Amino acid sequence: MSSETILHGHATEAAVHGHEAHGEHEHHHEDSFLTKYIFSTDHKMIAKQFLITGMIWAIIGGLFSVLFRLQLGYPDMSFPFLEDLFGKWAAGGRISNEFYYALVTMHGTILVFFVLTAGLSGTFANLLIPLQIGARDMASGFLNMLSYWFFFLASIVMFASLFIQTGPASGGWTIYPPLSALGQANEGSKLGMDFWLISMALFIVSSLLGGLNYISTILNLRTKGMSMTKMPLTIWAIFFTAVLGVLSFPVLLSGAVLLLFDRNLGTSFYLSEIVVKGEILPNEGGSAILFQHLFWFLGHPEVYIILLPAMGMVSEIMSVNSRKPIFGYLAMIASLFAICILAFLVWAHHMFVTGLNPFLGAFFVLLTLLIAVPSAIKVFNWLTTLWRGNIRFTPAMLFAIGFVSLFISGGLTGIFLGNSTLDIHLHDTYFVVAHFHIVMGVASFFGMFAGVYHWFPKMYGRYLNNTMSFIHFWVTLVGAYLIFWPMHYQGLAGMPRRYTDFSNWESFKNFAEMNRFISTVAMIVFAIQLLFVFNFFYSIFKGRKVTSQNPWGANTLEWTTPINPGHGNWPGELPEVHRWPYDYGKDGREFIPQTEPLGEGEAEH
Amino acid sequence: MSEQKNKIHPHKFTLWVAIGSILMMFAGLTSAYIVKRSQANWLMIEIPTIFWYSTAAILISSLTVQLALSALKKREMAVYRMWMLTTTLLGVLFLIMQIVGFASFGGHDIRLVGAGSNASYSFLLAISGLHGLHVLGGVVTFIVMAIRALRSTTRTYSTVPLEIASTYWHFVDALWIYLFIFFNWMK
Repeated sequence: MSSETILHGHATEAAVHGHEAHGEHEHHHEDSFLTKYIFSTDHKMIAKQFLITGMIWAIIGGLFSVLFRLQLGYPDMSFPFLEDLFGKWAAGGRISNEFYYALVTMHGTILVFFVLTAGLSGTFANLLIPLQIGARDMASGFLNMLSYWFFFLASIVMFASLFIQTGPASGGWTIYPPLSALGQANEGSKLGMDFWLISMALFIVSSLLGGLNYISTILNLRTKGMSMTKMPLTIWAIFFTAVLGVLSFPVLLSGAVLLLFDRNLGTSFYLSEIVVKGEILPNEGGSAILFQHLFWFLGHPEVYIILLPAMGMVSEIMSVNSRKPIFGYLAMIASLFAICILAFLVWAHHMFVTGLNPFLGAFFVLLTLLIAVPSAIKVFNWLTTLWRGNIRFTPAMLFAIGFVSLFISGGLTGIFLGNSTLDIHLHDTYFVVAHFHIVMGVASFFGMFAGVYHWFPKMYGRYLNNTMSFIHFWVTLVGAYLIFWPMHYQGLAGMPRRYTDFSNWESFKNFAEMNRFISTVAMIVFAIQLLFVFNFFYSIFKGRKVTSQNPWGANTLEWTTPINPGHGNWPGELPEVHRWPYDYGKDGREFIPQTEPLGEGEAEH
Repeated sequence: MSEQKNKIHPHKFTLWVAIGSILMMFAGLTSAYIVKRSQANWLMIEIPTIFWYSTAAILISSLTVQLALSALKKREMAVYRMWMLTTTLLGVLFLIMQIVGFASFGGHDIRLVGAGSNASYSFLLAISGLHGLHVLGGVVTFIVMAIRALRSTTRTYSTVPLEIASTYWHFVDALWIYLFIFFNWMK
């Protein structure tokens, strides 16, 4: 591989150092294929492993959405090829109800956890933390490797669950009991649900191992001069993400453990006085609402676990490509912190219609609406960063701007949903689907794409193809709005989620054409994502080579490493930091890297 | 900046964050317990007497691991090995007594799981069981460390691994004390 020759070329004078600990010199040892690509402890390789695994999951999860959109858009048509592919799940070329529920459940699970948590945080936390704070690697390379392999195991179990005779879990990604607790209630609540729980337990372990490492690396391994307030916003965002994950995932684990007890040991944590198909169950005294509390105590912070890394990367990319300092650096950190605190105080807004005490609900409404304040601060700062900037419309920058657009559109509908009164009407309608897909799903995807386009040269020493990137951006942006904008109307009209067919439903059958339109756009957008995947893999091998160390003219430390950094990142000593990362357009200079000492009489910023 | 020198070892720091994480799990479980307790159909749980002995065992083991650490710091390897062995045995003893305690419920016709079980006792089992798994993790760590101390040919006197392990051990000890008081108080 040609990138290897460059990498190894740097170390010719270093000769063979054997297995040295992180020393002063670039330590170079011959890695076998196994230690270099598979059981690697190099944070950059682990980042790539997370990214590519995440991409595979994104294709699977995206394909599932195409399949159920096919059903929603064309409920009266039959597609014989579906029966060829899925057999009894699509008998007669129509997606069965069980299959439909399995598809939406898996689509949600895969995209929320496997793509936008592991694929996003796993990739960019691993890639950027050591590179941007000036560390040789993570605090513990071994734990970091374990973090990926637990994710891999979780992936295998979840993937295997797709091939079970009774199908994968199909009670929705929120797996509410009693549906998820009783095998006799639903095909997907049989073996598939156990696989789901085991997979998620492994996933939580992966996430915790990763999070612990991110936190202790950021707090302990910053290079000389890199004080907390000189860190790029990406690192701040990843830091808060990791804190959220470490504090909220264990609570989901405890909820899942109790569910496993109920499923397999006949306990009654969540089950109470139930009759299924005429059979009276022995369980008594459980509370299904208890599960919802435990679930959403994770579930809500999870939204920010997905969103914060995207926010951090967008801030960084926007400043670099506007050639302007980020507006309100400290306000950006403070608002991240505020979101982080509020994330733990709003979970019950998912439960307004469970019979929650309205008095209690009022507090959750207030706290939920308070999130608008830090969110608005961030949006204001992004817009003012763009304002009168010297904008370079690179693909990464376009996706960053797209992120802000989506975050505004999706955030505004959150104000509707955060009201417990309006929620009585809007709960479980397509309005909710539109809201969270735009603000959390698509927006975070845009952040992730921005990150991939921006740091691809650092990962592989090559550029992605620009033409394909621009097509990818425009089709995805327009497509995202065309898919989710109409859903707001459907939701306001009261059209509920989780139904396979509206054609016999007098109130909603007038939406048939709109559904067909949404489904058509969804297929086009999915096809364009495959173009991105092609671009990604094509460019790894055939992309235009990066020839300068700092192709974007950025200030942060990752661009002071060699074009293809080895394990240890910097040959020779670690760089020393003298200034914050956002000195763009200062004193008549386009950019001043963090490693440059302050000039005579120069103010810090 | 010379702050690097005063900094806590990164692995120790990681452990403290992990402790925070484990605490969140038990906070989730015990708050679920409190919520459930205030609802209908709750049985007053009776804590088996043997749990008092297991509590004593794990308390003493915290002391012995500290003695092991100080012996290692003084490089008195024989003393170190003796206290490590004692700690490991006390850990195993704790686990055995926990299991005996739960087995004793069968004799009182109390079902922990299955048909006719009550969530109160199931909670006791689930929470103590998860705590037991954390103790088991500590015991396995001690066994691995003891084997390394006996078998390794190169003599390393780094106290960091044992410092981390002992901090964890004190934590699972304190966690059990918390749970024990919690169960006795919130029957």
